Amino acid sequence: MIRVWRKPQILPTAFRRTIGPADLAVGLGTLALLYAVARVGGESMVRFHPPDVIPVVSLDPVNLPNYAARSTLRMFIALILSTLFTFVYGYAAARSRRAEKVLIPLLDILQSVPVLGFLSVTVTFFIAMFRGSLLGLEAASIFAIFTGQAWNMTFSFYQSLRTVPAELDEMASLYQLSLWERFTRLELPSSVIGLVWNGMMSFGGGWFFLAASEAISVLNHNYTLPGLGSYVAAATAARDFHALFWAILTMIALILAIDQFFWRPLVTLADMYKLELSAGETQHFWVNDLWRRAKLPHYFMRLVGVPFDYLDHNLSRFTRVRPEEPASLNPAQGSDRVFNAIAILVSAGLLYLGVRFVLTSVGWKEVGHAALLGLYTASRVMFLLVFSTLVWTPIGVAIGFSPRLSRFSQPIIQLLASFPANFIFPFATLFFIKAGISLNWGSVLLMALGAQWYLLFNVIGGAQGIPNDLREMGRNLGLRRFKAWRYLIAPGIFGSWVTGAITASGGAWNASIVAEIVPWGKTTLTAKGLGAYISEATTLGDWPRIVLGVGLMSLYVVGMNRLVWRRLYELAESRYRLG
Amino acid sequence: MTPLISAEHVAKAFPLPEGNELTVLHDVHLNVREGEVVALLGRSGSGKSTLLRIMAGLIRPSSGRVMVDGKELLGTNPGVAMVFQSFALLPWLSVQENAELGLTARGVDKATCAREAETALQMVGLEGFESAYPRELSGGMRQRVGFARAFVMHPDVLMMDEPFSALDVLTAENLRGEISDLWEQGKFPAKSILLVTHNIEEAVMLSDRVVILGANPGIVRGEVRIDIPRPRKAKDPRFAALVDYIYTVMTNPEAKVGEFSANAYTEQPLPLSRFPMLPHARVGGMSGLLEIVHELGGREDLPELAERLRLEVDDLLPTVDAAVMLGFAKVEHGDVQITPEGTEFATAGVDRSKQLFAEHMLKNVPFVNTVVETLRQKKNGKVDKEFFIDILDEHFTEAEAERQFQTLIYWGRYAQLFEYDADEEKLYRVADEPSIAPVA
Repeated sequence: MIRVWRKPQILPTAFRRTIGPADLAVGLGTLALLYAVARVGGESMVRFHPPDVIPVVSLDPVNLPNYAARSTLRMFIALILSTLFTFVYGYAAARSRRAEKVLIPLLDILQSVPVLGFLSVTVTFFIAMFRGSLLGLEAASIFAIFTGQAWNMTFSFYQSLRTVPAELDEMASLYQLSLWERFTRLELPSSVIGLVWNGMMSFGGGWFFLAASEAISVLNHNYTLPGLGSYVAAATAARDFHALFWAILTMIALILAIDQFFWRPLVTLADMYKLELSAGETQHFWVNDLWRRAKLPHYFMRLVGVPFDYLDHNLSRFTRVRPEEPASLNPAQGSDRVFNAIAILVSAGLLYLGVRFVLTSVGWKEVGHAALLGLYTASRVMFLLVFSTLVWTPIGVAIGFSPRLSRFSQPIIQLLASFPANFIFPFATLFFIKAGISLNWGSVLLMALGAQWYLLFNVIGGAQGIPNDLREMGRNLGLRRFKAWRYLIAPGIFGSWVTGAITASGGAWNASIVAEIVPWGKTTLTAKGLGAYISEATTLGDWPRIVLGVGLMSLYVVGMNRLVWRRLYELAESRYRLG
Repeated sequence: MTPLISAEHVAKAFPLPEGNELTVLHDVHLNVREGEVVALLGRSGSGKSTLLRIMAGLIRPSSGRVMVDGKELLGTNPGVAMVFQSFALLPWLSVQENAELGLTARGVDKATCAREAETALQMVGLEGFESAYPRELSGGMRQRVGFARAFVMHPDVLMMDEPFSALDVLTAENLRGEISDLWEQGKFPAKSILLVTHNIEEAVMLSDRVVILGANPGIVRGEVRIDIPRPRKAKDPRFAALVDYIYTVMTNPEAKVGEFSANAYTEQPLPLSRFPMLPHARVGGMSGLLEIVHELGGREDLPELAERLRLEVDDLLPTVDAAVMLGFAKVEHGDVQITPEGTEFATAGVDRSKQLFAEHMLKNVPFVNTVVETLRQKKNGKVDKEFFIDILDEHFTEAEAERQFQTLIYWGRYAQLFEYDADEEKLYRVADEPSIAPVA
């Protein structure tokens, strides 16, 4: 819990009351959760499987709760790892100027790399690490989810650390807060809101990677990890609509439950870490209220409070800064030439090795071929953006302009955005087969299934951000339809649209790896593109082609970011900023 | 007696991206001795906050040094507590936890922390609010927490960085009075106070000496001793005379700050500047100011005007400067005096005002002539912004050159002497004469 370093506030009445229904609910809920975690966790730890024995996924819906629990456990382990990674990486990047110089560009690259292209690398690696055990596959799946979550969260944390208000930073230096105190009293609390929101979005996106990583074929092996994702894969292979239907239902229930019992309480809690002091009403949410009403958590916190205070005190003592070394984030001056030179040399060396490896094994012709495939995928991404914009901008603006519509549709859209698009793939594939649509076109739709929501989300936000005065002015001057869009709405939402489009395009590139090659029973549809290329290379275990494909895709993503998106973003910042 | 803190030859320059440096402070000396209240007064750009932070050890000087207890200060100054303009409270800690923060960080045990915090909170009138969170408090009460947090430290020097400027006028007045009372009663839990402000009355009300800083780069222009006995009253004629004097000094950036006697002082004539700097004033503001002065009989006391308009010095003075520069007003003995041209400008219609403004700009601001002449000589009537920025760069820092240019554009557009296309970053000649087109 984030609030852990705060002294628990114990209301005197809490001592007088006897155990009430709230305690019963909290207590039973906690026990049930602990039991589930222990049991499900035990399954993946204890059951050893030799690598050539593939765990069987049963299509009987009775098994779904178990599969759902196992998938959920993977998601949460990945979330915990992402959070830890975020703290370490983000903190290091914000605190040391040298680390920052390497870590931040690296993060930028990691963000642009298609995560799914790495599955082959990581699966092989983890299987070798946990030889003869299912843990290797578990680790690979968790790692895939982790890579889908961590970069975003780290960036958010780093940004928050760098933007701690100057006077608060000076206050911490002047009153000589130790590094630990600075972190727990100032830096962490002021990043909590960004971290929670980013974590929530990334977690939603994580289901996609979970589904993709639970059942994959690498190096001519089919690897299956019992879970919701592999259940869908098995149902797809068996052409079992009944099972697919149940899987989708389970997924929806799971997303809703996690939202109610985990994210919303966390968002409500995080609200008290707002930096601005403006008095607003306290946020309420029924889970938080239940927790507050119950007495058990208070007792528990009191119990934990004693050793925690002790720990807090000692960590502060050990991280005390002498006044001669200000702990502020103002980077110290120093010669960085050698450091820079080494950093450049190392990256140039790595690049050279990679290029040489690819060229000596496949040659220039293959590079040209893959680059051409990249163009196909790039045009799909572009097409998708144009199409999604045409469809979703009017809808998003309508929702954003109407508070009633916003309230009504927000939870639905949130659900749709979290819902892993690859669960829908089988239906779309069947539709393509029946209607005789080539996957060359169909894959655009598949990619859009996941990516379009970012666009919609941001357009709604942008429309809500247009001040009411401006809209009234537009009505007053009689700006209608085209004119209203030309002068008011389009410029007003431009910034948000750019943000949405950047995210959507990143998501689409990633999705291309699973969307350009889709199975239905024994049939497999393939589109011409870099995504399918990577996917095929992964299945065959063709290392040079994997490296080439992933490298080229990263290059395309980075190139598009630099050439198109960054410029649009700057334009949005300088010209179309409201207020 | 050795001073508690002394700044010796302190200078601060920030590197600019293009290799230049922005000099914020130049060769500054300042001592803070035990038992005195020192106010640092200066207009924006005088580096007063930077000087405060250097003496607190939050920023290192580029050259020179800060001495504390006969030793050079490296790192943060342990004998200093600060009250911040924005309060700098942690919203997620209660009032008491905020107040205790500095002691907690020193590893003081809980009971002592609580006791000290209680005393300090009592002193600032916040007993009973210990468990409240900052967002539940009004602005004035939040700053009281800021004071309590500083009091708890029993610092040698309590530094205040415009502590009342984020508060509304009445709240500021109230809190200022209480702080002043604490000091006068000898109960103040610090040996000295160093106050940064741009409010002249505040400086005269609270301090024993006012150190006046000049801008671009920040230098110490001199200091004015405030020897009015406490408690001070704003109605006291000596108080008013001191405020008037400081106003006069601050409206004349080149005037020498000397020892002041309230009865007689001579004003230094304004020397001709090498390259006159445009004050960053809005034409509308200038016009409004002149109108008010005109309505008040053509002459008005500056402090009084500031009070009446609820304007801080930083907002009022550039407007006065601009009016003086264009020959629409004069400043004498802390009064603004409107000139006949100023009266005409303030009372004429829009078209005539624009015409007058253009004439006076051409007459009094040499650089405007340069611009208009350059545009006239160009065949296509267009000149790049860069061209003029380069000229300005020779006289101003990069940031200031940009601001000068913006003000120039603003004035020139109003006077219809030239036009500017922000997309192309080009200045345009207005078709022929400065014709005055009615605004639709």
